[in-house]
Amino acid sequence: MSNTGSGHDETKRDFLMVATAAVGAVGAGLTVWPFINSLNPSADVLALASIEVDLSTIEEGQSITVTWRGKPVFIRRQTAAEIADAEGVDVATLPDPQAYGDRVTKPGWLVMVGICTHLGCVPGGQKVTDNKGDFGGWYCPCHGSHYDTAGRIRKGPAPKNLEVPEYNFLSDNLIKIG
Amino acid sequence: MSKMNKTFKLVTAAFAAMVVSTSAAFAAGDLVKAPKQDWSFNGPFGVFDRASQQRGFQIFQEVCASCHSLEYIAFRNLTDIGFSADEAKAVAAEYQVPSEPNDEGEIVDRAAKPSDFWPSPYANAKEAAATNNGKAPPDLSLMAKARVGGADYIYGLLTGYEDHEGTPENLHYNKYFPGYYIAMAAPLSDGAVDYVDGTPNTVEQMAKDVSHFLMWAAEPKLEDRKSLGVRVMLFLLVLTFITFLAYRRVSKKVKGH
Amino acid sequence: MSSKQFKNPVANWVEKRLPVISPIHHTLFEHPFPRNLNFMWNFGSLAGLCLVIMIVTGIVLAMQYTPNTADAFGSVERIMRDVNSGWLLRYLHMNVASFFFIVVYIHMFRGLYYGSYKAPRELLWIIGVVILLLMMATGFLGYTLPWGQMSFWGATVITNLFSAIPGVGDAIVTWLWGGFSVDNPTLNRFFVLHFLLPFVILGVVILHILALHTSVSNNPLGIEIKGPQDTISFHPYFTIKDMLGVCVFLLLLCAFVFFMPNDMGHPDNYIPADPLVTPAHIVPEWYFLPFYAVLRSIPDKLMGVIAMFAAIGVLFILPWLDRSPVRSARFRPMFRVMFWAFLVICYILGTVGAQAPDNVYVFVVPYLFSFEVSSWMTVLTVGQITTALYFLFFLSLPILPLFEKTKPLPASISEAVLSKSEK
Repeated sequence: MSNTGSGHDETKRDFLMVATAAVGAVGAGLTVWPFINSLNPSADVLALASIEVDLSTIEEGQSITVTWRGKPVFIRRQTAAEIADAEGVDVATLPDPQAYGDRVTKPGWLVMVGICTHLGCVPGGQKVTDNKGDFGGWYCPCHGSHYDTAGRIRKGPAPKNLEVPEYNFLSDNLIKIG
Repeated sequence: MSKMNKTFKLVTAAFAAMVVSTSAAFAAGDLVKAPKQDWSFNGPFGVFDRASQQRGFQIFQEVCASCHSLEYIAFRNLTDIGFSADEAKAVAAEYQVPSEPNDEGEIVDRAAKPSDFWPSPYANAKEAAATNNGKAPPDLSLMAKARVGGADYIYGLLTGYEDHEGTPENLHYNKYFPGYYIAMAAPLSDGAVDYVDGTPNTVEQMAKDVSHFLMWAAEPKLEDRKSLGVRVMLFLLVLTFITFLAYRRVSKKVKGH
Repeated sequence: MSSKQFKNPVANWVEKRLPVISPIHHTLFEHPFPRNLNFMWNFGSLAGLCLVIMIVTGIVLAMQYTPNTADAFGSVERIMRDVNSGWLLRYLHMNVASFFFIVVYIHMFRGLYYGSYKAPRELLWIIGVVILLLMMATGFLGYTLPWGQMSFWGATVITNLFSAIPGVGDAIVTWLWGGFSVDNPTLNRFFVLHFLLPFVILGVVILHILALHTSVSNNPLGIEIKGPQDTISFHPYFTIKDMLGVCVFLLLLCAFVFFMPNDMGHPDNYIPADPLVTPAHIVPEWYFLPFYAVLRSIPDKLMGVIAMFAAIGVLFILPWLDRSPVRSARFRPMFRVMFWAFLVICYILGTVGAQAPDNVYVFVVPYLFSFEVSSWMTVLTVGQITTALYFLFFLSLPILPLFEKTKPLPASISEAVLSKSEK
């Protein structure tokens, strides 16, 4: 700032100038928020953020895939053998240790986001004819990750188990995901 | 001082004369403007009246919805007018909407979900026109913004039906409708709807409630807009004031240079 | 330039490698600004602010908008209802569009009053008229995008203007549409052009500012700067004055955006476009109304279009039409009267453009009053009279100096300022 005036006046002018600039800057700062926030998910997108799925048509040993937030969700009604298999593993030996009980809300019903935790491919194993990998669960063809019957990573580059989304049973045959 | 007074009087007189001639011009015009109503959403601090909105919603459901669509309102939006999420869900479940193709590729009707938009009473505009003497009933979502006068016009229209000689067949005389002859028969009559809250179900009351509801349907962010507006204006007044002080100080220096 | 030294070491470091600091420093502290600039000189910076707001809101709106006839109207409603703060962004974009024109029109009338278009500022003025034309094109294209009734019929009527061109008119209109009526291809190209043109405006604005800095600002006295005693630096005098202007502008703007956002729009544009039904009374956006009135006043199609373009085109030759050596209307008694008469004529033309041609003319001042001037004057007659007067204003400028006795000019800006502050 160029200084031309005498001391006393100058201080007061500077105070007013600084105050004006400061309040103006606060206003400009607050104005930025609506612009940024407009790019966040809108109300109509959020309204579709949770879905309800009817489980009554799924037989034991059957899987279905539903779309939730634009991603595939695997829902599998497990057989007794699969449950036994999943429970019989020594948790401590797993790359991402997690007990079977911590991955299901109701034993026998497995609900997972069907996206490989390596780089985002969709693992196979939903259909009877799919390659289910070395552990009888899911197998990701992109980079060879093997998941077991509880969707836990057992072999391959993926660092984590298949993600379990937030869901709850509204009734025996109805779940709400998200 | 006396000169200023004189000028002021002159301006006032001129203004008064103009106001008088204004009302004369309006009286001379052929279309009667719907009178302004005292809405709770008027003015800078205006808010919607939840009870009136909900009664208006009842009118919409029981009367208007049989012919008019409400395209841009989703069932989830009902939470805006004081319904709970569960109530909105229950309202949605009463309606059927076409589903996504199922595994067999068929499209079947399913119960509506909160995220669904209001289903139209007709399959398409042609059907709507064919069922209504060739004139499709307009969508009501934006009615309160798409007509001069807004909510006042809707209220005027709903209460403006009169008997008039020479009204063409299938048309109805309405003193607030541009052109006077409207295809829609008077939709409201005293006692047409039973209000749960015991409000008298006169035509005026029902017209008021449904206009209130439609104003919300057209401008659901009205309350957000006005409350943010008041805060922004206060902030700007403060900013203007200190900027003015800073300006006065700076300009004093330059004049006395 | 590069040898310049600043107190701030970072500024020095940047300046040595990229000479961008010194031009800013020069503008703020060294460039001579006439010390007597009044508040009418605030509108240039306000126009710049409008352009910035339009571009920023426009970009975020474009991220939510769908340029397809089936979805355009609905996507705008989605912005208004579901997108976070979408209503605010859209109402800002709508209302700043109008305010942009208000600001630019005041800016131009100021230039007219103080003779800012005269040598050596002819190019500065002409570049400004180019900006106005680009703004009009952008405003028209943007009004089409919501795909309401006014959007559709406005686009139809304005594109049909080109059909007046003899011989190739119809071919040009079909080419503009990309079809045989205003339809999806039209909407798509209008969206692209509406997105592109603001950046072209930005480029031309930079030329406008360059020309301004070369010829130096005009001032209310319209006399040249004689020396340093006539000037002051931009900072702090005009930074704070511009800021005050911005505050008052924002107060007015926000009053509209938050409390009467649709007052400057038309209700019919909340009705989705219907190619089979024309609204009873179609009007363009208010900022086109005076030119629309000129168009309608001429009973011949081609002549009407020519007259309308001439009404804007005449501004290009204004610097050579006005032959008076005196710039400011303060010292030109006859021109001053003509200026105010011209302002009223433009206003009346605006009110004419808003009314149906066969009706009795009603003089209107929004929010205040309206009255019939006379029961035998139709809108068409008033439009024809005022159109004639509009052109008469420009045509009388070359001969005006023959009759006008101008007042004596002050010796210098500083002398005039000091004698005034002593009183």
